[in-house]
Amino acid sequence: MFKVTDKPIDAVRLQQELEGRGVGAVVCFEGRVRDHNDGRAVDGLSYQAYAELAEAEGTRIIEEARDKFAVEHIVCVHRIGDLALGDVAVWTGVSAGHRGAAFDACRYVIDEVKARVPIWKREHYVEGASEWLHP
Amino acid sequence: MNYRLLYFASLRDAAGCAGETVASNAQDARALYAELAARHGFAFAPERLRVAVNGAFTNWDRRLDDDDEVVFLPPVSGG
Repeated sequence: MFKVTDKPIDAVRLQQELEGRGVGAVVCFEGRVRDHNDGRAVDGLSYQAYAELAEAEGTRIIEEARDKFAVEHIVCVHRIGDLALGDVAVWTGVSAGHRGAAFDACRYVIDEVKARVPIWKREHYVEGASEWLHP
Repeated sequence: MNYRLLYFASLRDAAGCAGETVASNAQDARALYAELAARHGFAFAPERLRVAVNGAFTNWDRRLDDDDEVVFLPPVSGG
């Protein structure tokens, strides 16, 4: 499941979607808002998404991961809107029979989401300026 | 033909709106982007962007139909 949400991410609730009798490993990744980037002091981020395509592409990535790795469940949620320092911007959780597949699938999903899913971040700098990141 | 445009991130800032309906004679995505880039001052070369039509990624030579939803996607930065 891949979702875009404008609400705070509830990691405890999302972890419940990873449960299963065959699960021997759970790996979760949280991407959080930090106070600096590229040498500039940051005091918040804003995210926009093309939600319809983001959810389609995110779902495609999860299907790819399911084909590549022996996993039970994969959940990824990306938040949009205005986020403060420390807020969780993206949450990815994978459950599997064994830790190797769980780590590998979690890494695959977050890397591909960052590279492919139509979501953009705007950095707000402590000195007052802000700009969209288009790497 | 009329096309429904959506804009995101710096393209939204440059256009000054989240979306608009545009009447245009452009037949494909490439020609439509050239028109809109000139009108709104979009700085991106097409090579830096991806194109989506009606909610799915497509290519720059995609022929457009009346009432298509067209989105030019700047480089993404989620996560």
